Amino acid sequence: MSFKRKLLATSTAMILIAGVTGANAQTEINFWHAMGGELGDRTADIAEGFNASQDQYKVNAVYRGNYTETMTAAIAGFRAGQQPHIVQVFEVGTATMMAAEGAIYPVYQLMEEHGRNWDPDVYLPAVVGYYADADNNILSMPFNSSTPVMYYNKAAFEAAGLDPESPPRTWNELVEASRTIMEANAAECGFTTAWQSWVQLENFSALHNVPFATKANGFEGLDTEFTFNGDLQKRHISNMREWQEEGIFRYGGRRGDPNPLFYTGECAIYMHSSAGQAAVEANADFEYGVAMLPYYDDVEGAPQNSIIGGATLWVLTGHSPEEYEGIAAFFAYLSEAEVQADWHQVTGYLPITMAAYELSQERGFYEENPGTDTSIKQMTLNEPTEYSRGLRLGNFVQIRDILNEELEEVWSGNKSAEQALDDAARRGNELLRQFEADNS
Amino acid sequence: MHKRVTFKGFAFPLALLAPQLLVTLIFFIWPAGQALYQSVLRQDPFGLRTTFVGLANFRRLFADSLYLNSFQITIFFSIAVTVLGLVLALLFAVMADRVIKGANGYKTMLILPYAVAPAIAGVLWWFMFNPSIGILAYAARGLGYNWNHQTNGGDAMTLVIIAAVWKQISYNFLFFLAGLQAIPKSLIEAAAIDGAGPWKRFWSIVFPLLSPTTFFLLVVNVVYAFFDTFGVIHATTSGGPGQSTNILVYKVYTDGFIGMNLGSSAAQSVILMGIVILLTTIQFRYIERRVQY
Amino acid sequence: MVENRPLLTFFQHTILIFGVLLVVFPVYIAFVASTHEGRALTSGMLPLLPGNRMIENYNTILFGGMRQAGGVPVALMLFNSMVMALSIAVGKIAISLISAFAVVYFRFPFRMLAFWIIFITLMLPVEVRILPTFEVVANLGMLNSYAGLSIPLIASATATFLFRQFFLTVPDELTEAARIDGATPFQFFKDILLPLSRTNIAAIFVIMFIYGWNQYLWPLLITTDPSFTTIVMGIQRMVTVAEGQPQWHLAMATATLALLPPVLVVIVMQRLFVKGLVETEK
Repeated sequence: MSFKRKLLATSTAMILIAGVTGANAQTEINFWHAMGGELGDRTADIAEGFNASQDQYKVNAVYRGNYTETMTAAIAGFRAGQQPHIVQVFEVGTATMMAAEGAIYPVYQLMEEHGRNWDPDVYLPAVVGYYADADNNILSMPFNSSTPVMYYNKAAFEAAGLDPESPPRTWNELVEASRTIMEANAAECGFTTAWQSWVQLENFSALHNVPFATKANGFEGLDTEFTFNGDLQKRHISNMREWQEEGIFRYGGRRGDPNPLFYTGECAIYMHSSAGQAAVEANADFEYGVAMLPYYDDVEGAPQNSIIGGATLWVLTGHSPEEYEGIAAFFAYLSEAEVQADWHQVTGYLPITMAAYELSQERGFYEENPGTDTSIKQMTLNEPTEYSRGLRLGNFVQIRDILNEELEEVWSGNKSAEQALDDAARRGNELLRQFEADNS
Repeated sequence: MHKRVTFKGFAFPLALLAPQLLVTLIFFIWPAGQALYQSVLRQDPFGLRTTFVGLANFRRLFADSLYLNSFQITIFFSIAVTVLGLVLALLFAVMADRVIKGANGYKTMLILPYAVAPAIAGVLWWFMFNPSIGILAYAARGLGYNWNHQTNGGDAMTLVIIAAVWKQISYNFLFFLAGLQAIPKSLIEAAAIDGAGPWKRFWSIVFPLLSPTTFFLLVVNVVYAFFDTFGVIHATTSGGPGQSTNILVYKVYTDGFIGMNLGSSAAQSVILMGIVILLTTIQFRYIERRVQY
Repeated sequence: MVENRPLLTFFQHTILIFGVLLVVFPVYIAFVASTHEGRALTSGMLPLLPGNRMIENYNTILFGGMRQAGGVPVALMLFNSMVMALSIAVGKIAISLISAFAVVYFRFPFRMLAFWIIFITLMLPVEVRILPTFEVVANLGMLNSYAGLSIPLIASATATFLFRQFFLTVPDELTEAARIDGATPFQFFKDILLPLSRTNIAAIFVIMFIYGWNQYLWPLLITTDPSFTTIVMGIQRMVTVAEGQPQWHLAMATATLALLPPVLVVIVMQRLFVKGLVETEK
């Protein structure tokens, strides 16, 4: 593999030389992301904003496919000595990135060593907590974060004689409301959910302050084991199956597939990502509201707070100090209240700093756009506990698939909730052990 | 099977083969070897830590009852896709070969599906069969069947078979048509003069002469059903609900590509490759002797 | 048509029309979708008839700068796709023809080995070997180049296999006659085999062109320079919106546009190689 090393050495040398000799030559920073469609434009805008604000560095924001493809591109690049500077990785890839010690450059180190005036406290704990290590050091820069919320069809509520400004807060209330709505023929079904694992198990556990896995959901060690087949979760999934049989709950598919169920008015309530609000706005013909997720009020400590999803920006090794300074400058720019507030307001993703949140409040954004701050409020209900900081689990992409499969067995009537969750835990643990073996 | 009459030479044919062999060796054999070697390794995605683990990845696969279940599903799926794809395409090709009026129109239309960008094709099926907004789901309900491929495994399998066959029909059609057009008219005319009707003519003349093409398509379709169908599954059912459409190559794709578990994915690929090589060898051995060249 | 059987003709047309309807239906839906506004597709049943937004949507795509697909002009994307598809199609046909010729018409040691080496490329899906292939291409300095886009995809077992099948059907008498006439293998190839292979070459050309045209994963991986974006990459980019909603009507419009060059190829190929040119009287 000396060819590779030669290539890497040559390119590094060339970059260094270029950096030193070209006083006017801008240092280029490659930022690979997975933001397609309109979001891609917004991302490009941020990069352009940074480039326009100074002339030392130039960030190239390049779309590399969806999350999976972008990650593959980064890995392929790394293995061939062609890695980018910054890569956007989805939250379930966190454990994999963290375990890649020789490949990543933790953000807190980057900022301390190459940045100026780095203050980690300006970031919202609930947002960065997911991506921090056990000592609360930020490993990757949050970029597009969301949390699940509950959208509800105000028109259907009214038609059923319910108060559209008082959405249900607990599961009992939700079931009652659903029954009323269905009896009044205001909708065919009560509720549906997107991203079932993320909403109904991961966030559900955090919201009720029960563990999803041991070792603080994996934050404290690779030898973690699943506990999502605990009594509360089993009770909940079992309930959902009963509700499905009654017609209150309708399963609409994985990921964001259930969108049509809500947009067409078939189901009156939809638990979905806060980042989906723009789409709901565009596609729903009726007036809708945004509320926090329901909880079981007989569980102590509920509602605790919800956890985030989305993606963050990781920095890769193998580049020059000059380039790292550029990256640090870019991250500093990204964290500015103005930039964050704009991004948050336009995309619906969560702001990552308190200052951005406050700036948006000052501007009256939340009054003009009701429901857009529900996500923030739900995330900041309480200080995160060890069960509600987030998840740090290896092979989690496949584990989510396992959860999808097992839950689908419940919705198809092939397995009981208890059986499915136990099977999922068993299969998931195998993958966790593999990850542990691969990374020790 | 080789020609009785051949040319002499050694350096010349090798020179002819050189370009393809070269490209194959550099861009296929070498990387494929590396990829397959992964099957006896345990490695993190970035390649920073590598351990040799022998056959551990394989053992783990065979101990997994779900993997064995995936075998069954794959066989069913592959047979359905291959048979339907070939039969329908042959039917259309024969018809298209015989008509005079509007021939070009039909041919262009029937080849069209192959040209649709795969990303869009998957999405179209998602749209058409969606239980809430899908026009075909709506039609099914009209006929009294409550279509829901998100909770019913049978529906899901039907959906992916339809989607996979749809694309292949175009491909098969094109080659069948090319093959049919190469059959000399004089043979058909002679048979007609002898009094053979279309049905008889087809089975005693056309089909045997078409057999080299049919054999080609059979092999290629089997390979397609085993290897190229994960895109369709990914866009529509993601292997679900439960395990009902989780075919072998889809598992390879999700484990390796999405889950970044390169060792397991490589092991599965080795097995998959073995199966397809076996099937192909069987086809060459036992079916090719019935092909009339 | 050998004899006149009106009933059979009617039957044929029925089957064909039915087949076309079946097979083209999804494409029709895509076209219909491109003529409506975005929300028509997700807030209710898919419409069956074209809407009234056709001019508007296509305008946005062609002249609105296509920001959705990364700000790369449509013309450039179409150009890239064209170069790639043509290179792949022509390349594949060229090397497969000569390889098949060598394997079928010569007897030499390692002949079958060569065939199987070529053939085995069918036996492993691309995605599995894509990481190491990327490394090879990167080491050869072929990233972000038309060569890198096309050459690794040129080794085609399918084309070689098809030509092998076809060559095996060519009667030995022709070869014998050529040898008696003192023709070199090359002359035989050029003057006899090639003309005979016309319909097959046309078929392979169509298939390979479309295959090259619709390539997604490989171009995505090896190009980081946006000026190499292909039209299919552009479509995918419009559709990949993590938690939001893709602009389906625009994506469908782009997809419909992307269909046109392949359709053109199909039509042109059909006119060039019509049945009747391929008579081989025995």
